[in-house]
Amino acid sequence: MLKFFLLVNKQGQTRFSRYYNTQIQPEERVLMEAEISRKCLKRGDSQCSIFEFRNYKLAFRRYASLFFVIGFDEEKNHFAILELVQAYVEILNTYFDNVCELDIMFNIEKVHVILEEMVLNSRIVETNKNNVLAPVLEMDKASK
Amino acid sequence: MFEKTLTDLIRGIRTNKKNEQKYIAACLQEIRQEVRSNDPDVKAVAISKLTYVCSLQMLGYDMSWASFHVVEVMSSAKFLQKRTGYLAATQSFRQDTDVLMLTTNLLKKDLASGNHLEVGVALNGLAHIVTPDLARDLCQDLVSMLNHSRPYVRKKVVLVLYKLFLKFPEALRLSFPRLKEKLEDPDPSVVCAVVNVICELARKNPKNYLSLAPQLFHILNTSSNNWMLIKIIKLFGALTPLEPRLAKKLLPPITQHIQQTHAMSLLYECIHTVITGGMLNLGGNSDSLAAMCVNKLRTFLEDTDQNLKYVGLLALAKILPTHPRLVSEHRDIILRCIDDPDISIRLRALDLVVGMVNKRNCTDIVKRLMAHLLPSSNSDPTANYSPPSTLLEPAYRADIINRIIYICSQNSYSNITNFEWYIAVLVDLTYVSGVKVGEMLAQQIMDVGVRVKSARQYCVKIMQRLISDKNLLENCKLSDSNAEVLYAAAWISGEYCSFLENPVETIEFLIQPGVTKLSHNVQAVYVHAVLKIYAYWANSLVYNWDDDAKQELIQITAKLKDKVGMFSSCTDLEVQERAYNIREIFSIIHQDLINEENNLKEGNDYSSQKAPAIIAELPPLFFFYELNPVAPKAQKKVPIPEGLDLDAWINEPLPESENNESEEEEESYGYGYGQTFGGSGDLIFSNGNGATVGRRRVRKNGRKNGYESEDNEELREKVYVTIYSVLFGN
Repeated sequence: MLKFFLLVNKQGQTRFSRYYNTQIQPEERVLMEAEISRKCLKRGDSQCSIFEFRNYKLAFRRYASLFFVIGFDEEKNHFAILELVQAYVEILNTYFDNVCELDIMFNIEKVHVILEEMVLNSRIVETNKNNVLAPVLEMDKASK
Repeated sequence: MFEKTLTDLIRGIRTNKKNEQKYIAACLQEIRQEVRSNDPDVKAVAISKLTYVCSLQMLGYDMSWASFHVVEVMSSAKFLQKRTGYLAATQSFRQDTDVLMLTTNLLKKDLASGNHLEVGVALNGLAHIVTPDLARDLCQDLVSMLNHSRPYVRKKVVLVLYKLFLKFPEALRLSFPRLKEKLEDPDPSVVCAVVNVICELARKNPKNYLSLAPQLFHILNTSSNNWMLIKIIKLFGALTPLEPRLAKKLLPPITQHIQQTHAMSLLYECIHTVITGGMLNLGGNSDSLAAMCVNKLRTFLEDTDQNLKYVGLLALAKILPTHPRLVSEHRDIILRCIDDPDISIRLRALDLVVGMVNKRNCTDIVKRLMAHLLPSSNSDPTANYSPPSTLLEPAYRADIINRIIYICSQNSYSNITNFEWYIAVLVDLTYVSGVKVGEMLAQQIMDVGVRVKSARQYCVKIMQRLISDKNLLENCKLSDSNAEVLYAAAWISGEYCSFLENPVETIEFLIQPGVTKLSHNVQAVYVHAVLKIYAYWANSLVYNWDDDAKQELIQITAKLKDKVGMFSSCTDLEVQERAYNIREIFSIIHQDLINEENNLKEGNDYSSQKAPAIIAELPPLFFFYELNPVAPKAQKKVPIPEGLDLDAWINEPLPESENNESEEEEESYGYGYGQTFGGSGDLIFSNGNGATVGRRRVRKNGRKNGYESEDNEELREKVYVTIYSVLFGN
């Protein structure tokens, strides 16, 4: 089960956040995000990108200046989480055509919508690139 | 009115880096106006800006005040605005948000929409905001949507239904038959969603889902979707413990996946299920299966990808309890992982190492763990990494030391072949630990010193080194000095003083000036050890009694008599009492020796060629019986003497009526005890107090009944006090 999905940049600013566990109160999130970004930054290339944090496990991948961080619970397959991040980034990359931090900042709603197509009720619902993007593109068409 | 769009807001925040807070505050002011606007477009933009600010600017702005406006935007006729509204709701609503009550009809309408995108948005939103009430009201709608024409909607419905089950368990009974049908849905995404949900359900209550095994097995054999396979295999992992036959059936497909897949996630899931699903304990081929898993995991550890290493170690730790030998075949590579620069990997590797220690490798493993405690300059220069800073973290060091001691002491030291080596390790740890572990080390040294006769001589010798260490004494106030080991050092030197090479020297170390800085329990042992060693040494003089011996004895006794005075000013009563005791003993002996000397000078005693009798009386005080280790089960080997009935009453129970009363009293004692315990925490004190509570109660009873005789009351008091002492110890 996923607990949260964060995009944090190297300066420690959260660019995107999605929580699947409403027990984490907003005030707590602020502190937690800051702590998580510090921890991710501290981990060098020689360290594994899975680590324990409070009651969660965290898996992250770094793409350029952005960290994609997922909080999950123990029973979840660690590799599947990392593969999910990879799939998500690939899909963002296709949609935005070489995604960068600014794309994410200025299209925050789209980033949410794409994730919603992939993860629903904190479970992975779709990972096929075409299946994910089709409704998103349809939405874009409808709004024009 | 001129409004900022969301893009304007984001740009604005970026250009106002210096006074970001002020800028955002101003924007929020605008937003407050805009959300009240009658123009739905303005309202929607305001909500999207508000959501952005509150969720991402890490300022902890509260947007609960805008909840009603969020619902307004959710009900907008325009799709994009609706989406904005739902998005805002997923990010800001909590279970107790009151406007959720207003959303039931809105959701019903959106779920029934002809536009599948609208339905999708509503489902996404529902997954986040669903409350027990919403779940109850929308359950039927969702169940009927399982047959929606679009797979896009069906797959989402399936997953949202799971959330509904959690909020409104009744929904499971209502929808399960339909849900089960969806296992045969023509769309693979829908099937995957169903498997996902059943997997979650089966984890909580596997029994109810065993009947689905044939269908699931079919999917396992036909699907090529790794995500689905992972879920199916996980699901079977929950079912197999209930149905061992299932495990046999699963072996071929799982083995095939382990051998053939390139997806690490699937490979890991297969191995994980093989382990946790109990397939390794089936007998038959299971040993070769276990070997295959362990070999695959070895490739994880050999990989340069740190994530593989981490997960590989986690999985090996799960195999370890059942197949320790298989795992320890890969000791070489696991040991390499305890030197990994990454602390998470090191700790996982340590878990494994601790589990695979045996007689043969114990020394080697301890040596490698000790290397983690040494400063980097001493570590192996051939190591091709610089030790990470975590080596200096006290928590990590304490963890390593705990593991070393655990490894060595487990199963009554069954892994140790050379106890002299282990004592040396413990002494080394005293110096290199850098954390406070002195008590633990002292306890270990004592334990080994007392139990292992063959290592005693060496132990005593090495304890001399500790006692004579000036630095250790000087730094004893530092928290990481581990001066507590001196407790063990002094005790062992005292108890096994026959091994001392130079008892007088040892005594002098025990009374050197700095020792009063040591903690009180250590000082207490020091005082006692002085007397024990003295007793042994003085007695040894008796065999070669001559004038020199006598003079030496007089001189040392006089010195000790003076020196032990320094302990008598200790604030600890135990140390003080012992100090006064032994000073008195030394005075008596000294006086005795002087008297004799005087007698001799006066020439009226010719028996002075013999040592004074008092000297020979000393050793039996301390060395009459040797302390011997007793096995924990030794008592069982002692047969119960004939005619002894352990269940028989020692005192006949008191007559019935008394018993009833005392039971009632027991309760009141419990109360009194609890009260005093909470207050002072002092058992002895509460004991006395409890008795008074009882007494007071008796008086009251006496008054109430009126007719009780004086004798009766006295008897009762005795009973109460006895019960009290039985309950809480005297």
